[in-house]
Order: sequence, then structure tokens, then C-alpha cells
Amino acid sequence: MENLINIFVRSVFIDNMVFAYFLGMCSYLAVSKTVKTSAGLGVAVVFVMAITVPVNYLMNKFLLLPGALSWLHPSLASLDLSFLSFIMFIAVIASIVQLVEMVVEKYSPSLYNALGIFLPLIAVNCAILGGSLFMQEREYETLAEATVFGLGSGLGWFLAIISIAAIREKIKYSNIPKPLRGLGIAFILTGLMGIAFMTFMGIKL
Amino acid sequence: MSENNQREPWFSAKNLKLITEPIGIKNPITVLVLGICSALAVTVKLKPAFVMAISVTVVTAFSNLLISWMRNSIPNRIRIIVQLVVVAALVILVDEILKAFVYDVSKQLSVFVGLIITNCIIMGRLEAFALGNKPWPSFLDGIGNGVGYGVILVVVGFFRELLGSGTIWGYRVIPESIYVKNGGFYENNGMMIVPPMALILIGIIIWIQRTRNKSLIEE
Repeated sequence: MENLINIFVRSVFIDNMVFAYFLGMCSYLAVSKTVKTSAGLGVAVVFVMAITVPVNYLMNKFLLLPGALSWLHPSLASLDLSFLSFIMFIAVIASIVQLVEMVVEKYSPSLYNALGIFLPLIAVNCAILGGSLFMQEREYETLAEATVFGLGSGLGWFLAIISIAAIREKIKYSNIPKPLRGLGIAFILTGLMGIAFMTFMGIKL
Repeated sequence: MSENNQREPWFSAKNLKLITEPIGIKNPITVLVLGICSALAVTVKLKPAFVMAISVTVVTAFSNLLISWMRNSIPNRIRIIVQLVVVAALVILVDEILKAFVYDVSKQLSVFVGLIITNCIIMGRLEAFALGNKPWPSFLDGIGNGVGYGVILVVVGFFRELLGSGTIWGYRVIPESIYVKNGGFYENNGMMIVPPMALILIGIIIWIQRTRNKSLIEE
């Protein structure tokens, strides 16, 4: 349990997808003009991340790792398919996004309208694929760890986009040097926020 | 490509523009806001930044070429997944090549090689250019955008390595003797090594570019 909380806190604050690894920056910068739309995208990311990371964990464990296929037939024990992980992960993500889109459309039209165009965009959000690749690289041991990591990373991304959107809404009224307006200041703000987030470094539960 | 050859020379002015524009006024990073995702964490040192730049250029160019070849036979509804599969296959090739020839750099890049798949530059160029143009111009467009991205990466990597570690490409540039620990006055700027500094450097690059080219200013 302690281990799970530790992974959660790490993935939200210390190894934050945006501030520590710059993942999902494209949609982060493009969508963060108002808090409302960023909240929509943020929720969608948390949702998809919490599903894809555990699914990819199972894929990795039972299909890709060296010897992972031995449950199928003992003669397959020497097979190592890990070079296929990129294509496998991205296919899983793209199809889950499609699936989630259909399910949400059927059972919760209001949520579907709120998420709107963001769901399809998520398939190419680097944070999602990044989550699965980090899961593979850090070799989480149980399904619970992978799930908590996925959820935490999604929430970290949510936190980041909400805060930058709030700042950008306020900063509209400030007198920024003209060439720096828009994109330039958003980069510098993200950098400063990243420095602020670095203070979490070294926290261990 | 042969039909293309008959109509206009391979490096006509129009085609050359496809390469030069993304380096300057249509730069994917500073103007179009594409492909920041996987890029910045690899710019602490110049060498990984350079390898990353080359990898992205190769993948962009060849995925543009392949998708442009197939553009008339891809059903519109499933084009995203087709594009992802093509890109993922190319990235696997690049990853295996990096592992075989520059293993240490490949370790430093870790997951970021895989993240080239979701690099917005590639998807963006496939959607915006390769689906509507012939293979050869698409290939050039891919190279142009890859280089435009690479230039920013290398500039950021250069300054971060020079100011943060006092070296360039692993070779010492700032002499050891002027460091404080050896009785001098100089100290490396630790800020340059932390990830957020890459963002601030890009912000400054955008600032400089837009000061020189007023037409890019927003609002």
C-alpha cells in the first residue's frame, strides 16, 4: 500500500509528465487558452491514461517480454517480442481511444459532448504513449502499480494544463513585450512552473 | 517519381522552398507549435540532441514519402491508424539502428525514441501535406520540417551543454583552471541542466525570432 501511494505521489508531482518530461506539450500549449476546454481535455487524458497503462502492462507481460508467451505453449518460452512494443502500444492506445469514444457516446452523451473533439486527439498525445513506455522502462511489478502510475500521471497532466490555462487567462491583461505574446510567454511560464514543481523533488513517502 | 521528373526539375525553386521555409518562417517548433513533446528532455547535451534531430528527420521524411505514395488507397476513416502503423514501423527501424550503432546515446534517449511516433510534427505533416501532395515534394517537406526541428534542438542543446557543463560534444571548452574549485572565478550554471530551462530557452528563441520578423507576432 505504502508503495502504491509512493508511486502515485511521484507520478503526480515529481515525475510530472509536463514539467519533468515535456510530454503532451503540443495539446498542452494549443488547448490551454481557457480553463473550460483544458478541463475537458484534462479529464479525457486522465480517463484514457488510467485505462491504457494497465492494458499495456498486461500486453507487455503476457505477449512481449522475453519468455512471456510461455503460457501459450512451452516451446515459445525463448521468444522475445519486445522490439514490437512501440507498434503494439500505439495500436492498443488508438483502439482503446476509439472504444472509449464509442462507449461514452452511447452511455453518456453529455460527457461525450463535453469531451467533444478531444477524444480522437488523445490517440496522438505523447503523454499517453509516454505513460506506457515509462511503465515498461521502470518495470512496475504488479497490475496495481501500473494502474496507479497511469492514474497519477494522468492527474499530473490534468493539474498542469489547468494551472497554465488559469495563468494564461489572467495574463491576457498584462503588458507583455509584443514578440513574446502568446506562444513565447507560454513557454517561459511553463519553464517557471517546472522550476516550482522541482521543489517536490526528493519527497519520499 | 518519374512523372514528377518530367514536369519539373527535382530541385526547382518551389521544391527548394519546401526545405527552406520550415527552417525559418514556418519553423515547426517556434511558429507552428508542433513537436515540442518528446524533444526537450534530450537537449541537456549536444550529442543526444543531434542524434534525436537526425532520427526525427529520417522518420518524418520517409513517413511523408510512404503515406504520400499510399494516399489514394487509404480510406479516410482509418487514416490515423494507418499513419500510426507506418510511423511506428519506421521508428522501430530507427530504434534498432540506434541500439546497434550508438548504444550509449540510445540509452540516454530511452523512451524518447519511441515517442517519435506521437511527435506532432510527423502526424501534423502527414495530415497537412503528405495526404494532399506527390511523393517527392512530400519527402522534401519532411526533410525541411525535420531539419527545422533539428536546428532548434541543436541550438538549445548547444547552449545547455556549454553553460551547464562547460563542454561541447563532450569536449571541454571552458578551461578547468578558471573554475572556483581550482581557484578561479567561474562556476557552471546548474539551472541549465534542469529540464525547465529548455522551455525558457525556447521562449527566448521565439522572442528573438519574432523581434526580427514582426509578421509572426500574435494578436
